[in-house]
Amino acid sequence: MRPSFSIICFTTLSGTGYGLLFLIGIVLVSASPIGSPNSLLIALCVGFVLTSVGLLASLAHLGRPSRAWRAFSQWRSSWLSREGIASLVTVPVMAAVGFALCNPPHGRFTLRALGLLLAACCMVTVTCTARIYSSLPPIRAWHNRFTLPGYLLLGLTGGAVWFCAIVASNAADADSVSLAYSILLANALVIAPASALFKRTYWRHIDALTPITTAVATGLDRLGDASSFEQPHTEENYLTREMGFALARKHSVSLRALAFWTVLAAPLFSVAVALMFGGGLLLTCVLWLVVFASTAAILVERWLFFAEATHSVKSYYN
Amino acid sequence: MTMLPTPSAKKLGLVIDLDTCVGCHACAVACKEWNDGGQFGPLPDSDPYGAQPDGVWFNRVHSYNVLPTSAGSATSAMTVHFPRSCLHCETPACVTVCPTGASYKRADDGIVLVDEDKCIGCQLCAWACPYGAREISEQRGTMQKCTLCVDRIYNETLDPADRQPACVMACPTRARHFGDLGDPNSDISKLVDERDGYALMPEFGYQPVNRYLPPRARRDGNSSAASKTLTDTAIDPQKLPPILRWIDRALSR
Repeated sequence: MRPSFSIICFTTLSGTGYGLLFLIGIVLVSASPIGSPNSLLIALCVGFVLTSVGLLASLAHLGRPSRAWRAFSQWRSSWLSREGIASLVTVPVMAAVGFALCNPPHGRFTLRALGLLLAACCMVTVTCTARIYSSLPPIRAWHNRFTLPGYLLLGLTGGAVWFCAIVASNAADADSVSLAYSILLANALVIAPASALFKRTYWRHIDALTPITTAVATGLDRLGDASSFEQPHTEENYLTREMGFALARKHSVSLRALAFWTVLAAPLFSVAVALMFGGGLLLTCVLWLVVFASTAAILVERWLFFAEATHSVKSYYN
Repeated sequence: MTMLPTPSAKKLGLVIDLDTCVGCHACAVACKEWNDGGQFGPLPDSDPYGAQPDGVWFNRVHSYNVLPTSAGSATSAMTVHFPRSCLHCETPACVTVCPTGASYKRADDGIVLVDEDKCIGCQLCAWACPYGAREISEQRGTMQKCTLCVDRIYNETLDPADRQPACVMACPTRARHFGDLGDPNSDISKLVDERDGYALMPEFGYQPVNRYLPPRARRDGNSSAASKTLTDTAIDPQKLPPILRWIDRALSR
């Protein structure tokens, strides 16, 4: 499938943004003291910007962006429509969390309820995003049980690196610092390795898929083996451009290694810096470097997700 | 509404005879011509008369070389021309994935259509179709597909004999047949039964309505012909009838 820039930006940025917002929700739900609300408020704003930019980027993929509002209507059958609605519902929840953080004193119960709601909204939205792709049977690299957990895990690890960098940059009190450290450790030791290893399992899975032969696609297998001797058109068309993308397979090994090791090692590197040099400006700089590296790695992963996937219509053009 | 309607008794569709199709592309051209000016048109191309013309066609005719295998029934190599267009599936995912309700399946006759005024051009339906039946128009920004010439088949201003899809009308070898595949007694349902018509990639579960008729078994006279030498052989005059023997003698002088 053609790796369209708008779709890659959409899935990566909105996934990361919802991961970040999910963590804010979890922090609010957890009983631990949350420190100064400033860092959480900034994280909330960043989450809003990331998800908004991601969703706006998806509009660039539309042939008729001015009609995008129509996409909210078919939630009963379409995952794309559900995704749109879920992302829209999350906005007032974000606003309510922001309002509660801005206006202390707030009851623990209110914050916990809002945090739970925010985390649930984020999870539902990313699930819908992943289901847009995993619900398409003709694209077997997407239509499998690995796609949904892959989106959730990578969104979470992307959100976690942003969360650590934001909290570390604004840490004014001991509670905020310990919060940043606990998220950093959870990401480096659990979330990031789980994402990277899961992605590797996904790649092994898609490598084992055998392509549909032309004979099976045309039903000519009842006669024998079929191959094209003349194409139906002399120029490229929409189908060959959109569904016949073949560049990724040339570079997939190195790109996969790049994405895998960056997602895995970048958070561990920041933990090592924290252990050796403690907190401070150096750690903050390193954490922002990790944000840059991990986000870039997830962009590469998402590029591969599209570029490596083949569509069954390609079988007619063999 | 992109929820699928309750299946209709009437299932309009095409039956394509791969035995008689000669790959002339007349169906594809007639389709492009009709639909460029029809109710769902236009079908503009970019650079139509230039070096790289590019645009939407509802019908693409592939040409395949089929070689015998141990599992297949072919006894010798053959050419099969294969027109590919929308199969008007009974459970089409191209309809259910549509976020706007632009893509729909008609409750009365099962034709799958796109409402041009609602389509946002997200292309998810094209991704959802295993058969490559949908193409986006770069010029119009919306998804285009075969309409089964819905603006012909019910068109009362046309002569009843002309109320058929343009591709069916144009086919010079009558390899394309149009009718109700939901009615087991219709002419095309009988044709499908008679010729073991099949659906494409049924494993996807989309339940295509259109059927393809496999090429008939080829007569295999070539194998005995191959044993006959086509080169000059010496004529044995003693074996010829008297008149030919006389001509042979006269010409041999």
